[in-house]
Amino acid sequence: MKKTIALLLACLLIVGMFAGCTQAETDEKGSVYYLNFKPEFNDALTELAAKYTAKTGIEVKIVTAASGDYNNTLTSNIKDVTIFNIGNAAALADWDEYALDLTDSAIAKELTTNDFNLYNADGELKAIGNCYESFGIIVNTKLLGDAGYELSDITDYASLKTVVEDIHARAAELGFDAFTTSGLQDSSSWRFSGHLATLPLHYEGVKSAVATITGEKLDLFKNVWDLYINNAAADPTTLTGESDAAAEFKAGKAVFYQNGTWEYAGLKEAGMTDDQLAMIPIYCGAENDAKSALCSGTENCWAINAKASKADQKASIDFLVWLVTDAEASRVYVDQLGAVPFKNCPASSNKFVADGNAMLAAGKTSISWAFNYTPNVDAWRATVVTALAAYSAGTAEWSTVVEAFVDGWAYEYGVVNG
Amino acid sequence: MAKKPDPAGLNSRLLRKPIQRFGWLFLLPTFIAFCIGFIWPFMQGIYLSFCKFNVPSDAKFIGWENYVKVFKDAGFMNAFKNTTVFAVASIILINVVAFMLAYALTQKMRFANIFRTVFFMPNLIGGVVLGYIWSLIFDGILAAYSTYLTADPTYGMVGLVILVAWQQIGYMMIIYIAGLQAVPEDMLEAAKIDGATGRQTLLRVIIPNVMPSITICTFLTLTNSFKLFDQNLALTGGMPSLMIDGAKINTTELLALNIYSTYNISKNYHGVAQAKAVIFFLLVAVLAIAQQTLTKRKEVQQ
Repeated sequence: MKKTIALLLACLLIVGMFAGCTQAETDEKGSVYYLNFKPEFNDALTELAAKYTAKTGIEVKIVTAASGDYNNTLTSNIKDVTIFNIGNAAALADWDEYALDLTDSAIAKELTTNDFNLYNADGELKAIGNCYESFGIIVNTKLLGDAGYELSDITDYASLKTVVEDIHARAAELGFDAFTTSGLQDSSSWRFSGHLATLPLHYEGVKSAVATITGEKLDLFKNVWDLYINNAAADPTTLTGESDAAAEFKAGKAVFYQNGTWEYAGLKEAGMTDDQLAMIPIYCGAENDAKSALCSGTENCWAINAKASKADQKASIDFLVWLVTDAEASRVYVDQLGAVPFKNCPASSNKFVADGNAMLAAGKTSISWAFNYTPNVDAWRATVVTALAAYSAGTAEWSTVVEAFVDGWAYEYGVVNG
Repeated sequence: MAKKPDPAGLNSRLLRKPIQRFGWLFLLPTFIAFCIGFIWPFMQGIYLSFCKFNVPSDAKFIGWENYVKVFKDAGFMNAFKNTTVFAVASIILINVVAFMLAYALTQKMRFANIFRTVFFMPNLIGGVVLGYIWSLIFDGILAAYSTYLTADPTYGMVGLVILVAWQQIGYMMIIYIAGLQAVPEDMLEAAKIDGATGRQTLLRVIIPNVMPSITICTFLTLTNSFKLFDQNLALTGGMPSLMIDGAKINTTELLALNIYSTYNISKNYHGVAQAKAVIFFLLVAVLAIAQQTLTKRKEVQQ
């Protein structure tokens, strides 16, 4: 018995020594290694990959790393990965030399818009925006009706403010409040230091990774933020503590909830129906407030590894083209990712995406994701969140927030580029 | 009675000779593992601290540039200061309390074993979980005073000391208990017969005899405090983040967390983070060796 175990262990050791040396043989056809960025897409994507392999014989390996791990996983697997995600301009700067120029590639020809793509300094198309998302204020229209209002009553900042303040004033009587908690803990603060921050940046005209911002439109941010914290059940002094805005919204404790199209599936799962849900723009008091649509953009852009073999690159692009053109595959793709900018994909069943499209059809214009240009984004946001928390608790003036925004931006730009 | 040498015994020349000659062969697997798992990455780490790189295979040698950046970084200097203050506070608090608990629990006392288990238990919970739990507790307490954990750097630092003390006291207590139980019974008896007071017994007999435990515990708490990461990340994550004199500082950040966040700035900072890590290693190594030699001198030779 002992001998058998010893023998087994010895074999294991020897096998282990060689395990690192074996390489998957790559033939003429090439193979695909897709490092997926969206955990919620993993199961469906793996199934699609298996179908593709069965059909074409080309091997497709799907590995998923969530956003927190993505960069680490990519760094350690860059030799093998063929398709990977680039989130924004800053990430493109890091991975530029690993991203194949996709100008005029087969997948680029499938696009309906170039708005979500990433281009490097030389104007080469380096990453293809493969789905986009929008955020705004999610409204529980049923509760809004209970409070005696309709969605059409809200057309700009002034009307939003009137409705919100009235609901908050009658919260005890109605049994629900206007806004969900604007939590500033890590799991929620990005809704404000990231998403809401896009409004002042967009209206200031930030369209690239600029060195400084003026913060001249920060009053718009203040308008909305004051509305959020003064018209909710939560105590503004404790916003950094634990809270769960999604749960509050699902439980019908508030009418308004700032978040994005990606929340749709979760809200449906919680039992909310399309006729209860709508998404409106974040009206902030800007001049053309009434003409603005949702804030749309993406952190999902496909890049092809420039250092992979030619065969692997071709196999990868072929797989992506199949994903967005094949009738069955593209159906799954759209169902999973919502709004996608590809010609041959079917329409999305996401109510919020439909709301956004309706606004665009009515001639309103999207607000860009200007926050994608934030330098050293995590550090910049941390200071903004610190300042916002202090302002909300009443221990700091609004000027602290402005300073965190404007001086913080210049400082972080210096850190990244210095 | 002299024993006849057994030619097949373990200590016989017949067996010893080949073992002596091929000793290196037996060491080889472990040595290779040590090289692959420790020495090689360590050397590469030092090399990378002089490089600019995104992925290690692309590294480009740039000399001392990374180190220059490290010393210009106000955030790193602040993290260094924080770590020092934190280490001093937690070493004193943990060791004093752990020793007192161990002393109490080695006296004849009912339920001593249950108490030992209870005090040891926090040590079994992971640092990240502890960080989140304690941030809830602190926020809950501070909410009564209309403030919150990340409102003031002092709250976060004091909170961190409390958290780490709560976690590590039980572990150090076990080491002290073992030390206290090893104090020779006859010495204590002699002290008693000579009429030593409780205080004299403690200071002149017990403490010199548990000096090896004190060495181990201070060493452990020192390196633990310097290497602290998960608790720091989960409790405050370095917040509040403030602009001070034109520089940005995460006011409750310790060294390890600072290195971690430096790496994530952009690819230009991977080398800088690596340089910080090398400095960090030197610091911990020097401290540990100095501390080790200092306390060793005071140990009672038995």
